[in-house]
Amino acid sequence: MTIKAQTPVITNPSLYDVEIIRKDFPILQTHVHGKPLVYLDNAATSQKPISVIRKAQEYYSTMNSNIHRGVHALSGVSTEAFETARIKIKKFINALGKNEIIFTRGATESINLVAQTFGRTNLKEGDEVIISEMEHHSNIVPWQMICNEKKAKLKVIPINDTGEIIFKEFEKLLSDKTKIVSVVYCSNSLGTVNPVRKIIKAAHAKGIPVLLDAAQAVNHIPIDVQELDCDFLAFSGHKIYGPTGIGVLYGKVNLLESMPPYQGGGDMISKVTFEKTTYNELPHKFEAGTPNIAGAIGLGEAIDYVSRVGIGNISLHEKELLDYATEAVKNVPGLKIIGTAKEKVSVLSFVLDDVHPHDIGTFLDFEGVAIRTGHHCTQPVMDRFKIPATSRASFAMYNTKEEIDVLVNGLNKIIKVFG
Amino acid sequence: MDQELRELYQQVILDHNKSPRNFKVLEHITQEADGYNPLCGDNIHIYLDVENGIIKDVSFQGSGCAISKASASLMTSLLKGKTKDDAEKLFNKFHDLVTGKLGDDPDVDELGKLAVFTGVQEFPVRVKCASLAWHTMLNALHNKQERVTTE
Repeated sequence: MTIKAQTPVITNPSLYDVEIIRKDFPILQTHVHGKPLVYLDNAATSQKPISVIRKAQEYYSTMNSNIHRGVHALSGVSTEAFETARIKIKKFINALGKNEIIFTRGATESINLVAQTFGRTNLKEGDEVIISEMEHHSNIVPWQMICNEKKAKLKVIPINDTGEIIFKEFEKLLSDKTKIVSVVYCSNSLGTVNPVRKIIKAAHAKGIPVLLDAAQAVNHIPIDVQELDCDFLAFSGHKIYGPTGIGVLYGKVNLLESMPPYQGGGDMISKVTFEKTTYNELPHKFEAGTPNIAGAIGLGEAIDYVSRVGIGNISLHEKELLDYATEAVKNVPGLKIIGTAKEKVSVLSFVLDDVHPHDIGTFLDFEGVAIRTGHHCTQPVMDRFKIPATSRASFAMYNTKEEIDVLVNGLNKIIKVFG
Repeated sequence: MDQELRELYQQVILDHNKSPRNFKVLEHITQEADGYNPLCGDNIHIYLDVENGIIKDVSFQGSGCAISKASASLMTSLLKGKTKDDAEKLFNKFHDLVTGKLGDDPDVDELGKLAVFTGVQEFPVRVKCASLAWHTMLNALHNKQERVTTE
């Protein structure tokens, strides 16, 4: 069974046809409260193209079998499909080898893996871990946990009023005590794109490895881990049009080799006796237990889809949407954008005078518009801007300017009701 | 505006949101408590002045959505002069209303001003917003020190 999405390979941005892309995403035909769905909650999770949805079905109908162990035909097929997905990811982020691609449940588990293995091995009392003020809770709490255990310290790079890292302060924090820098590539609540190349260069100058949380980057901008020279990179499948419950940890092979396993179990061993266990080689050393096979294969399919459309073309389309939305909301009285960094991905966080984000969310829902309201799992960012919550519209490859008009009209209606 | 939405955001609620009653710190406080809704970041602080089992005065501070603010505002205006028992009975009635136990056409005479929250039952995610102030008030009334959280 071959599965084809409608979108052809887009070789040139001028060939980008959002209406054709939309046809590949069945959920976009949904109506909410009698209105056409306007899905602007892509930073929480993206919708899935039909090719990804069908791939999961194809896996369970024609391939389902456990991987890396059976001698029977189906096990061979599923193992090959699973390992092919790994190679697709390796190519997509330009890793040196496929053994540098570890499948996890998502970016959160990827970061926990590094904290619990690299962190546990390398941190001792008085050592320091550097993160930034704009981290998602998933890049705060795992480090807090291991720092508490090891009596190490968590150091936080402050951000300015536009939502950018204050680089000078970062340089001041780097010291002999620093064992790892773990920062977000693109902020999920502010949209800021961090100067990761500069950060990596400065950290490497002192021999400190850097983990990039790329959960909000991998779906927006091209990533080349060799060019970035990051030591670890974490992302989730579901934010790049793939299934939930599958994610990736990239790590440089020498670092991964030096780290102890994360979880013990099947598939991560080469020999087990009650006296001693020899661990399997990379990447299997970090993949204990039967993984989310359908998820990994689905993620491979999602990456194929994104590659057909072209991540560069997606970037351009999303930038156009962000610019359009940023301009359009200027006409909404009392609206203030939170996160005005010079370089941003397509995330628009805002607050409205006298209307709480939760009320905005409910009203927009009745216009068919899905946005996220709340602290976006970045409570320190809310504290930094002295607000309890924001409303966040985030745009993906299938969104349109007309949908942004629906959002803006909805906001104007809310102001009339609350005014 | 959609009918369901209109029932959630009744004029009384919008009015209490815009100009909340008893939105201040009391001069004489016998009991107080903190409430927090991590889902949306709503936080509320309830102040009570209780004498001989009677709520002499009650007020609140904090930030939240229209539903939680209006609920706190209306609650404080209803509780003044009530006994602890009355306050608990009122809470039970309110809780039954917003969780849909009284149906979508409850006895308005019995509910009095609380009836404006009838629409909340159609929005299960908003029940927490509506009841945050009440849970926090009960904690203050019972001198419980831990912060109320809706999660």
